[in-house]
Amino acid sequence: MTVRDAKNILGARVLAGEDLLDQEVRSACGSDMMSDVLAFSKDHSILLTGLCNPQVIRTAEMLDIVCLIFVRGKKPDDTLLEMARERGLVVLATGHRMFSACGMLYEAGLNGGAV
Amino acid sequence: MEDAIVLSYAISGEDFTRAGEASSDVKKKLKQMGVSPEAVRKVAIAMYEGEINMVIHANGGEITVTITPEEICMVLDDVGPGIPDVDLAMQAGYSTAPDEIRSLGFGAGMGLPNMKKYTDSMEIDTRIGEGTKITMVVKI
Ligand SMILES: Nc1ncnc2c1ncn2[C@@H]1O[C@H](COP(=O)(O)OP(=O)(O)O)[C@@H](O)[C@H]1O
Ligand SMILES: [Mg+2]
Repeated sequence: MTVRDAKNILGARVLAGEDLLDQEVRSACGSDMMSDVLAFSKDHSILLTGLCNPQVIRTAEMLDIVCLIFVRGKKPDDTLLEMARERGLVVLATGHRMFSACGMLYEAGLNGGAV
Repeated sequence: MEDAIVLSYAISGEDFTRAGEASSDVKKKLKQMGVSPEAVRKVAIAMYEGEINMVIHANGGEITVTITPEEICMVLDDVGPGIPDVDLAMQAGYSTAPDEIRSLGFGAGMGLPNMKKYTDSMEIDTRIGEGTKITMVVKI
């Protein structure tokens, strides 16, 4: 699927990277612990998180994540969004909780990546 | 070492929100130099975890990255409290980080194991009350 598909499935708003929605995405991970994401993420293109601070953007950057999705209605501030834009990162926001958001994307064909 | 490129960074221990800026800069530069994505990723993750540790456990320090055609060597030097039991600290899940750090997304006790996992060699030289020097190498 593409980032745009993910956005539509979640009914998410685009907060950054409006012009980057046609990128292909295959797998995703969801966590509020950035160390776990750094430990276990292999080729994930989407990171779902309820954590809202600059380290989320940096973690995504280190892992070449394509799209960041803030769950539970979290609203990143302008500084965060500016950081994301500088890095060519798409940022989406959805009101769904973590479990539901992950489930919806999983059901639509995204996988969790290699163990 | 004629072809070596050396990058140095002073890491502030004051500001958690800025932790990772040095790693971010190194990643950008390695990419520009045409280093393989695989090696760039390993360096980025290992250095980022190390940089975060310097900020949350050691009140900052210095990072020196030396790039040669064969390898990337990262030296993370701090004057923090030192690590009393390195074997214990290396265990996945072991952490002395306060809850406040955990609520910021770190302190899962995965940093040092991650750094080992993503590098070809890692050495920890630590003295209680004096500081910690971690040397990591990623082969290109
Ligand atoms: N640079 C350092 N100076 C002092 N102690 C450190 C340093 N790096 C790591 N430690 C100690 O080792 C423990 C494990 O580190 P790590 O695996 O990165 O987990 P975390 O940072 O999540 O606690 C830390 O909780 C801390 O007690
Ligand atoms: Mg750590």
